[in-house]
Amino acid sequence: MKLNQIVFPLALALAATLATTGCKHQPMKVTPIYGSQPAPVNDNPNSSTLNPGLPINNDGGPNTGGPIATSTGWDPTTMNQDRAALAANTIHFAFDSAAIKKSEDANISAVASALAGGANDKLLIEGNCDERGTSEYNRALGERRALAAREALAKAGVSPDRIRTISYGKDKPADPGHDEAAWGKNRRDDFILLHPKMGA
Amino acid sequence: MKKIIFSLLTIGLAAVALTGARAQEINVQSEITVMGQTKPIPISLSGFTGEGAEVLKFDLTVQGFSFVTSDAAQYLVSGSDAGGITGSLTDKFAKRVLLSRSYNGASLRRQAHAFADDIVLAVTGKKGIGQTKIAYKAQPSGYGAGEIYVADFDGANAQRITTDNAIVAKPAWVPGRLALYYTSYALDNPDIFYHSLTTGQRRKIAAYSGLNTSAAVSPDGAKIAMVLSKSGSANIWVCSADGTNLKQVTYGVEDSSPTWSPDGSWICFATKHNERRRLAKVPAGGGTVQYLSTTGAANPTEPDWSPDGKWIAFTSQMGDFNICVMPADGSTPPSVLVGGQNPSWAPNSRTLAFDRAVGYRQVLSVLDVFTKQYKDCVRATGSSSQPAWAK
Repeated sequence: MKLNQIVFPLALALAATLATTGCKHQPMKVTPIYGSQPAPVNDNPNSSTLNPGLPINNDGGPNTGGPIATSTGWDPTTMNQDRAALAANTIHFAFDSAAIKKSEDANISAVASALAGGANDKLLIEGNCDERGTSEYNRALGERRALAAREALAKAGVSPDRIRTISYGKDKPADPGHDEAAWGKNRRDDFILLHPKMGA
Repeated sequence: MKKIIFSLLTIGLAAVALTGARAQEINVQSEITVMGQTKPIPISLSGFTGEGAEVLKFDLTVQGFSFVTSDAAQYLVSGSDAGGITGSLTDKFAKRVLLSRSYNGASLRRQAHAFADDIVLAVTGKKGIGQTKIAYKAQPSGYGAGEIYVADFDGANAQRITTDNAIVAKPAWVPGRLALYYTSYALDNPDIFYHSLTTGQRRKIAAYSGLNTSAAVSPDGAKIAMVLSKSGSANIWVCSADGTNLKQVTYGVEDSSPTWSPDGSWICFATKHNERRRLAKVPAGGGTVQYLSTTGAANPTEPDWSPDGKWIAFTSQMGDFNICVMPADGSTPPSVLVGGQNPSWAPNSRTLAFDRAVGYRQVLSVLDVFTKQYKDCVRATGSSSQPAWAK
């Protein structure tokens, strides 16, 4: 019984090999293609929350001592976004640059004053790029632009712990156009004032 | 009984030895000389119609074959796709049938991919890529919210994986497993998630303040390289597959797009040095950064290290985006191949998935780097980009 189980398929396989190599014209070997791997499964669309997974230690990385670490101890979901308050203070950048231009000093001062005026308020800086860079390069560049504004605000007296940064790369253009006028508007940091939610 | 087994075995081995020798002979002939300038292998196709022909042409074109008349062909493929794929492959010069087979089960497409794989194996001695998969990012428009998808490598049988209606980025496969890492803004921050494609379960891997993106899984599946900005600048960090044991490995002003060497010892990445975009590599455990020369291919980003370790594909930006490939050891300058971005190597280390602009949207495309032949994937509406080839 056991021998048969081994010999029979072996004999078949060899017969098939011989048939393939020996016979020139008639297709003999049949290759069954099974349903293959299990189909990918979607995340449950009815679930509004994500599996939280393993706890992650937010304080693990070494601090280089140069730039200001981005770790903040507050939960952004406890804050309301006020996009209008600082909409006039958006700052713009030169192509492929994260350097804050001298001409943006007044906007940085205005943002610093707004934060000085509301002790419980915090700030979200959204860094953005024009479309003329690869996606992930731009995501890094947008973050660098947001972090550059955070450093400038720190120099203007704002505690960096009150500031969160987010990079949208080229995913959130202010102007969806494809010319220099649009690109100039898209290379920017938007400042969003955050007020504590009632009862938070 | 035993005697019969032995005599069968002997004949069988002789047959295997013969086919083995033949495959080797042909290998020498398709030796690579200059990237992008290798002559395609002329092949002809007869008897196939519709989907069968379409799949065979796609698969073989992106693995270095070109379709010519039977007079000009070295290899003749004939057969039929009526009620299933049946086909044979003949070496016209050697006057020998290399393959004669029929296929059943699954779908006609799968059977055609399997036949293409058998043709590639018979002619080149290398494993075909016909039945492999890609993951990618799809967006209704050229920017903004999108979802992660998984599809056959030619774009067919696309299946949506996420349902967040959020900005997503950079899917990456766990080697040998139906599981992905990707970036999603679903929780209002670019965070890295692990997503099992067999259970649908997902788990947050990196959700630090600032940027968490571009997960790249080490060849053994045990470690993740990624971009975090928690130290105050976008840099490459490495952690265990579950997100623990975090360690910073680069300290540049702006680092992006890590990719592992196949032996797991190096991480290649895009960086800025003296305000110029460069490619560099660093030991995976941290150490001295070595800048790579990409003479002739300015503004390099998005490196992807080939599974055989020999090549690094990347995107250069000289006005438009271009797919480039250079030897990982830097022995010769990069070859600028075709317009496009986001290159990702196939398991065969000769074919790349990438995306290219058609109007203001991106379409997925597949490139044979040795012959520079490419074909666009099955078109989806909207924009598709950042393909990651399952390996």
